[in-house]
Amino acid sequence: MTEMTTVKSSVIGAARAALAARDDGLLLELSGVSKYFPGVVALDGVDFDLRHGEVHVLFGENGAGKSTLINIIAGTYPQDAGDFKFQGEVVTHLTPHTARMIGISPVFQEFSLVPELTVEQNLFLGRELTRGGFLRLPAMRARAMEIIRDLAFDLGPDRKVRDLSRAHQQMVEITKAFLTDVRLLILDEPTASLTEAEATKLFDLIAKLKASGVGIIYVSHRMREIKQIADRITVLRDGHKITTVRAGDVSENELVELMTGRKIGVLFPQIDHSPGKNLLEVENLTLANHSVNDVSFYARAGEITGIAGLVGCGKSELVRAIYGLEVVSSGTIRVNGEVVTHPFPASLLKRGLCYFPSDRVAEGLALARPVRENASMAAIYQPTYSRWRVLQRGSERRAIQTIVDKLKLRPPHIERAVAKLSGGNRQKVLLARGLTRDITVFLFDEPTVGIDVGAKIEVYELMKALLATGVAIVLVSSELPEVMNLSHRLYVMHRSRMVAELNGADINEPEVLSHFFREQSPDMAESSRIASVP
Amino acid sequence: MGGRTTSDLASTSSSDRLYRAYETVGFLPIVLVTLVAILALFVPHFLAVQNIFNVLRSSSYLVIMAAGQMLVLIVGGFDLSVGAVVALTSVSSAMVMAGLKDSLADEPGIIVFLGVAAGIGSGLAVGLINGLCVAFLRISPFMVTLGSMSIATGVALLLTNGIPVYGMPKVYVDAFGRGLWMQLPTAVYLAAVIVALVWVMQNFTRMGRYIFAIGGNLQAAIVSGVRTKTYLVLAYAICSVLASVSGLALTAQIGSGQAVISSQLTLESIAAAVIAGVSLKGGVGRVEMVTLAAFFLLILTDAMDLLKIDPRIQTIFLGIIVVLAVAVDEMAKRRTPVV
Repeated sequence: MTEMTTVKSSVIGAARAALAARDDGLLLELSGVSKYFPGVVALDGVDFDLRHGEVHVLFGENGAGKSTLINIIAGTYPQDAGDFKFQGEVVTHLTPHTARMIGISPVFQEFSLVPELTVEQNLFLGRELTRGGFLRLPAMRARAMEIIRDLAFDLGPDRKVRDLSRAHQQMVEITKAFLTDVRLLILDEPTASLTEAEATKLFDLIAKLKASGVGIIYVSHRMREIKQIADRITVLRDGHKITTVRAGDVSENELVELMTGRKIGVLFPQIDHSPGKNLLEVENLTLANHSVNDVSFYARAGEITGIAGLVGCGKSELVRAIYGLEVVSSGTIRVNGEVVTHPFPASLLKRGLCYFPSDRVAEGLALARPVRENASMAAIYQPTYSRWRVLQRGSERRAIQTIVDKLKLRPPHIERAVAKLSGGNRQKVLLARGLTRDITVFLFDEPTVGIDVGAKIEVYELMKALLATGVAIVLVSSELPEVMNLSHRLYVMHRSRMVAELNGADINEPEVLSHFFREQSPDMAESSRIASVP
Repeated sequence: MGGRTTSDLASTSSSDRLYRAYETVGFLPIVLVTLVAILALFVPHFLAVQNIFNVLRSSSYLVIMAAGQMLVLIVGGFDLSVGAVVALTSVSSAMVMAGLKDSLADEPGIIVFLGVAAGIGSGLAVGLINGLCVAFLRISPFMVTLGSMSIATGVALLLTNGIPVYGMPKVYVDAFGRGLWMQLPTAVYLAAVIVALVWVMQNFTRMGRYIFAIGGNLQAAIVSGVRTKTYLVLAYAICSVLASVSGLALTAQIGSGQAVISSQLTLESIAAAVIAGVSLKGGVGRVEMVTLAAFFLLILTDAMDLLKIDPRIQTIFLGIIVVLAVAVDEMAKRRTPVV
């Protein structure tokens, strides 16, 4: 335990201040906080409080408003309505800088690191040690080494962040939060890419911080660690606070039901499995940047082929490469039995394969343009949409309206700019694009990221309807319940390689997770449980 | 290398080390040495003292400007107005000096001081406008500096009607503009001092760190509490001031203030930075490399002059080199594996 002494000493400094303020009651008190983004209500009148020396878990699906809430607390952007009290005082005009000054240290999942700077430079970014305007390089080095040693992280201060793995970048992010006196620590899925041993170290640290009066907001999906460290749990859904419960008073199943708002069985439809011929075959595919290494798999008609894996394992790059969006260095791709030598989107669309990107804003949609144009974009040269290079606006409108009605776009106005639509509706516009022409292979990349439960179910129902017409669906998803419940056949990727193919009854949580964390012992994988699926 | 883990050290063979050395210095020094060797062999008079002298002097102006341009590129912007700032500086400093010629005839020092202040001041003004527009109004750097380029050029032409401004103190032209100090033009020392200052700033000050961080990941810099707007404005201001300094030296050498001094300077300054590996996406760039790249460009131009290649063809050649440099940079990036 001697290794922890230095952290303790700096932590104790903060703790003393925190203890002094303890009598004033709550460390943080938010009431009626709302946040609006164009077309989206991210938070709607949420109350949240945090006591001294407490771990308060935020629980909810992607897009439930967790990250918006922690971003408001960290000062990244202001709330549009509601009150913000820190240590009993009303705080306004909070910036990331002032938030750090008053002791709010966020550790984000989206890393706030500068890739071209070294670990040490990133650690001290914004609070460099200086003397007479010059950086005190040796002093910073000493302090960086000290804190890394105390946290027992395997980090070299000289390495450029660009060259680090995700797990190591996560360590830098966490180390950064410990550099100053912390009163309120925000941890956003901190264990997502840590090994079990590293996670245990982190929990030890959290326990120490708790004991010294620091309040911790902890965002996680992993039931086991929530059970292990949470004092209270607040469940968010679609920007609303559903409830705040004491950790001991609620079971896993209850939590999942609170999160999704319905029973698991209702969320995922029963999809018939009638495998036909191979529509997509990939053999020994390797990408130029080696994010995919020697991967083979196939997808059959009438079957949902799932690909699971941790963030950054290469599963997204794999399907992107098939659609010609990544540089392939070797391997074979066959669509409908024909070899695709130089994959690029236009030729693959012609062969009946379409990719639906996970980042709908960056890659999927022209936000300023209406639904109609976005939906017909991939099919515009077909006779329904244009003849002799002249647009057939009437028939375009009719065709798109039919598709949009089938997808239950709300409101069903095809002349609306996509920017004015919510996440779920945007996804429907993207899907509409796939329905404007004959597509037989659908590659879905995180199809339900950032959309609400209702829209999710509609996306699942659409997949079911599509599959009934005899197409092949490849589903790439980081949401384990989703890939596990929808897939008929599930592949697991780990560190750029395909490590498992699971069928039928083998598609269960322990089995999948054992492949997620390959180099670790099975019980480690077990303890890194991910939310839901009783 | 003290912080590397043992597994890293184990994998470091001698070829790795060579590759790493190449990675840090890049291919520019190699190209530069090769170029000089070839030119020395095949181009008559290339190694003549007078020629080396000319190359050094003309590179000095470019080095100063390119150092400023580099800072703006590192924060993820770019500055099209530097050439116009040189012209505006030239005109305003010369006009102030010429205007005071009679009333302060006995005090050339004060005349020079006021003239220099007017020149730098006009540069600073343009730089502040650029920076404020980019940082606070969030106008794209391209539009802001395109606009300020037009404005500065217009003002310079309006002030002079395109006629050169004469009447600067003799000491300014002879001692500063055309003077030698230990056998070398004064501009060379000026450039050396500025490069040294920028190098120290980049490597040893908070400001240098922040400028890298802003271009490397703006959001991360904001979240880390860096006052990004302040440093954005500073980068543009320094860039314009350095362009002004270059303009003053150039004016002193020419001996008159001119509104049409600098048609190629903006392109050349961006070219030097890009050849030096400064990323157009921001976050990357080292002043010592920019200095080498400026030399490279000027040596090439000089060789073309000696070979009596038509200046119009030289312009075409410069354009090709810039595009090539960016293409090579992009290709190198695509080959880099991600971990």
